[in-house]
Amino acid sequence: MAMLHLVNKSPFDGCNLNTAATVMKGGDELLLIEDGVYGAMKNSKGAALLDGLKVSVLGPDLAARGIPEDRLVDGATVVDYAGFVDLVEANDKVQSWL
Amino acid sequence: MKLTIQVNEGPYQHQSSDSAYNFTKAALEKGHEIFRVFFYHDGVNNGTRLTTPPQDDRNIVERWSALAKEHDLDMVVCVAAAQRRGIVDEGEAERNGKDATNIADGFRISGLGQLVEGAINSDRLVVFGD
Amino acid sequence: MSETKKFMYLNRKAPYGTIYAWESLEVVLIGAAFEQDVSLAFLDDGVFQLTKGQDTKGIGMKNFSPTYAALGDYEVTKIYVEKESLEERGLTIDDLQHLVWEDEDEDWAEKDSIRLVSRSELADVLAEQDVLFNF
Repeated sequence: MAMLHLVNKSPFDGCNLNTAATVMKGGDELLLIEDGVYGAMKNSKGAALLDGLKVSVLGPDLAARGIPEDRLVDGATVVDYAGFVDLVEANDKVQSWL
Repeated sequence: MKLTIQVNEGPYQHQSSDSAYNFTKAALEKGHEIFRVFFYHDGVNNGTRLTTPPQDDRNIVERWSALAKEHDLDMVVCVAAAQRRGIVDEGEAERNGKDATNIADGFRISGLGQLVEGAINSDRLVVFGD
Repeated sequence: MSETKKFMYLNRKAPYGTIYAWESLEVVLIGAAFEQDVSLAFLDDGVFQLTKGQDTKGIGMKNFSPTYAALGDYEVTKIYVEKESLEERGLTIDDLQHLVWEDEDEDWAEKDSIRLVSRSELADVLAEQDVLFNF
């Protein structure tokens, strides 16, 4: 039973990404949305937390914030809202780290 | 896939309502079923018809109403949260002695049981909040 | 009635600074009528919701902390509190309310509702759930 974890806050704004990353189990997936997309930026605090995790980032939220995809950590997948829906379907349940 | 969506924040203050709307729309476009959209905490403020946002930006309330109309969505505003924040329909106005109503089209006020029921009857609960 | 689902209500925010702690408790109370398999989890700042001795007179807000003590009457018997969150905040279990439920199968014997778990154990508990509520 795999879980989709949603994080919508920057790693500089509270502990949501940290808690999510340390609770995630093998097989779980992480989707960064809204201000959470900043967590996937290379060479930044969030990047270290994401090591070894299956990470997706919501493209429209990246674009809105002017972050080009080549500034993301290696291995992060960019998805659109349709991809977000697919991630919800592919996992058994969703944990929103609010 | 049958989905219940929970929206915890009001329009404009947070991106939650926007994200929930975009997600819900994408899910419908993919042919999934939305069992219910449940508005809780400040999310109930998505249900007021009295907003006048700037013309050059999205109208959050109206587009929820339009989506509900197009897809026959069940959009529920939690009664306890609505009473605290002043979202009122005819029934609530009468019960609580209010001299006005402000509920927007496509929204109905009902109890927290609707959220629980949504969680029981859906394949997934997706929560958007702060 | 549909199958019973495992419901987990996560609490990660401190009380009073925002309404989430109280309004999430309201869902738990209403939800009890639906007789699902309910658990609550308190982690991060959510552990502050359970501290003893809350006195809200000075801030003019309703003290809702007695409601946690009533959870046993609503058949909420599984309350997971995360150890790391307590430790990071300089708290021990003795700082928290002593929450109990009465087991009617054992002559109404009083039992502890709080289960202290590590983050890793909590992750295992979350993995077993069907629905995760967040506020």
